[in-house]
Amino acid sequence: MTDSLAISKFSDLANPTRFLALAARILPWMAAATAILFAIGLYLSFTTEGDYQQGLTVRIMYVHVPSAWLSMMCYTVMAVSAIGTLVWRHPLADVSHKAAAPLGAAFTLIALATGSLWGRPMWGTWWVWDARLTSVFVLFLMYLGLIALNRAMDDPSRAARVSAVLILVGFVNIPIIKFSVDWWNTLHQPASVIRMGGPTIDQEFLWPLLVMAIAFTLLFFTLHVMAMRNEIWRRRVAAQRRMAARMAGREA
Amino acid sequence: MTHTFYIAMSYAVAAVVILCLIAWTWLDGRARRQELAELEASGIRRRSAQPTGDAR
Repeated sequence: MTDSLAISKFSDLANPTRFLALAARILPWMAAATAILFAIGLYLSFTTEGDYQQGLTVRIMYVHVPSAWLSMMCYTVMAVSAIGTLVWRHPLADVSHKAAAPLGAAFTLIALATGSLWGRPMWGTWWVWDARLTSVFVLFLMYLGLIALNRAMDDPSRAARVSAVLILVGFVNIPIIKFSVDWWNTLHQPASVIRMGGPTIDQEFLWPLLVMAIAFTLLFFTLHVMAMRNEIWRRRVAAQRRMAARMAGREA
Repeated sequence: MTHTFYIAMSYAVAAVVILCLIAWTWLDGRARRQELAELEASGIRRRSAQPTGDAR
């Protein structure tokens, strides 16, 4: 009984009109929560002590680490949506992965730029082609490729199927990024928060990092819901224009 | 260059990218809403949104 209720709730969401109504209801709350969390996160980021080795440069971590996490989470969301497109043919799944790609590219760009700005004073170099940096750069290129592919095809459902296959093939890069620091000898330091045996990072830095990570994640979901809503509207405009053209053709 | 420069640059880059992303998503939504309103004003509605009396 509960199972069928959950399934029917889920399939209710497959209806774009219901999704639009839900988005209109939850978006103001999501945006407000994001703004509050960013205010707390930024306050904590700029009031905590500097690290004994890095000094105040540790503050770069509070934007670098959350955007790096998000670059991988966004791709995971896209991979789940790709399965939704290929297996369940969920009407919102292709809208979801198409809307997420530019967001993923933006967060990956922030991770790459802030990482480079941290690397210069700490490592003495802007960039090295080590396994972690290279695999994240490949992820950035994959996002750009997927955006280009989606825009190159006129038929949205065909574009969705082709990109869904590509997203799933490219998902192999996500574990490579995560474990690159363990599998290879990299200049990039190994994991210090999500690792076996718990975080090794000091409480002083862990709190601002966690609050910023939640703020970034909420920002991603707020923008994702907004971008999905925009994509549904875009498809409706295209469908109505086609209908208008057909009607004009019939009258002529 | 001081460490403050690198910290300020990191936050500035993140802020610019995020603000562009928010502005782009918001403006895109506004443009699509406007297009839908124009179509509606010219009498083109979704079949499901048409009043029952209009159905042909």
